[in-house]
Amino acid sequence: MTAFEDLAVPGPTTTPLSEPFWQAAEEGRLLIQRCIECGYAVFYPRPLCTNCWADALCWEEASGKGKLKSFSKILKPGHPGWASIAPFFVGLVQLTEGPTMLSTVLTGGREPSIDAPLSLTPTNVGGRILPCFSLT
Amino acid sequence: MRYLRPRAAIAGIGELKPQRRTDGITTLELLMRVSAEAIRDAAMAPQAIDGLLVAPQVGETPQHVPATVAEYFGMRPTMANTVDLGGASGTGMVWRAAAAIAAGQCESVLCVIGNHRNSPAPRSPNRNPAREFDTPFGASGANTSYALLMQAHMARYGCTAEDYAEIAAGSRTNAQSNPMAIFYGKPASVEDVLASPMITSPLHLLEIVMPVAGADAVIVTTAETANQGPHRPVHLLGAGEKVTHRVVSQAPELTSGPLKFAIERALSQSAMTIEEMDFLSLYDCYTIMVATTIEDAGLCKPGEFGAWFKHNGGMGPQARQPINTHGGQLGFGQPDLAGGMTHLVEAVRQIRGNTPGRQIDGCETALVTGNGATMSEAVALILGGAP
Repeated sequence: MTAFEDLAVPGPTTTPLSEPFWQAAEEGRLLIQRCIECGYAVFYPRPLCTNCWADALCWEEASGKGKLKSFSKILKPGHPGWASIAPFFVGLVQLTEGPTMLSTVLTGGREPSIDAPLSLTPTNVGGRILPCFSLT
Repeated sequence: MRYLRPRAAIAGIGELKPQRRTDGITTLELLMRVSAEAIRDAAMAPQAIDGLLVAPQVGETPQHVPATVAEYFGMRPTMANTVDLGGASGTGMVWRAAAAIAAGQCESVLCVIGNHRNSPAPRSPNRNPAREFDTPFGASGANTSYALLMQAHMARYGCTAEDYAEIAAGSRTNAQSNPMAIFYGKPASVEDVLASPMITSPLHLLEIVMPVAGADAVIVTTAETANQGPHRPVHLLGAGEKVTHRVVSQAPELTSGPLKFAIERALSQSAMTIEEMDFLSLYDCYTIMVATTIEDAGLCKPGEFGAWFKHNGGMGPQARQPINTHGGQLGFGQPDLAGGMTHLVEAVRQIRGNTPGRQIDGCETALVTGNGATMSEAVALILGGAP
């Protein structure tokens, strides 16, 4: 069975704005943005707050804790590069800070369920460390 | 109270038979053929068309799409634009055409969408947040997005796999009455749907539309001009639209979508209720989309679409409120962005009253829905036959 690190799959198309997010990901950390005007937590990276539109977003390290809002076991991946590792799980991860992100979910052979607690599990996917999550 | 008087009407329709492959054929050719059919159907002169609405995917033309299409057709429209709402583009065109007519910029608008299907299918050139924050985690394409929506819906309400499969099977049954449909001659039972391969759980293969080439077109004009045509005019009585997000992780809700607002507004403008709709022409890229739309339309409580569906007597012309009599996209095939327009064209046929083999008795009104991206771009229309 192929390992995640051996996959030949597309990595993130980073921009100068999102670079700190991916830099932190390489170091095994998950960054979100926090608006110092209104306190809103923002994911994915933006130039302005999506709640109050203030130019007041700061990087903040997320706790890495969240819960599974939904998931799918992918048997036929949309990108052929993932075929060798299928089936695998992706899920919608609601971070305790509020925002939801999509991520690969490592289940350790278990079947996940909605609302299951998750924790950040930095994982080498195709040679890049991505902020994946696993069932706790 | 009616905000939109029935000033605008659909006077002409065109639809090409879907095909799995069209190697060597350009999208512009398909668009011109289907447009000619719609103009002929309206018995109008091509010179009478002075508005043009197109969708973004026209061959290899990333910009200047309306000008490219107008030039190719030999048209010089006084209103031209691209409507970019995914599967809601076709329905989104109709109220925009009515608004352009009301603004005095044109009288008769050709709304046309189509796409070839030549190999190899290009991979998305996106360089946007969807590409940056979804694709690297293994979630490419719409299938997984709708699987995530369906999983959330199933878990929240306890709906069964059979409940959703009924929609796929009902669509295939309806397609047996439409010789144009890609699955004409190929029915599928609930058991067949559930036995088909799991693609991305909980979505089975037969709960997912078949991509095809094709094209659809409608002519939107004034109620007065439509009265001079050969067919019963189909009036636009109400419209609603809402866009909430692009990628499924950013959806404000997973078990209800922006169609809820769009349908409420459209019904309010028409001063009618959902129960008064003789035909439900519901966008169906996946079974879950129809399930959520039935609930968002207020036909039943959230989570109760399965029981409502049985009470409705399925989807055929004899059902209490027939659904997707052309087979829906699940039975007809999904000609890319034109897939949403197939629901519109079928509603016009039903209200005209001459749909051989699948005509709904006394069909006076229809709800037509369009949906794009990840249950995030929504347009609803209420159509009614001219008195």
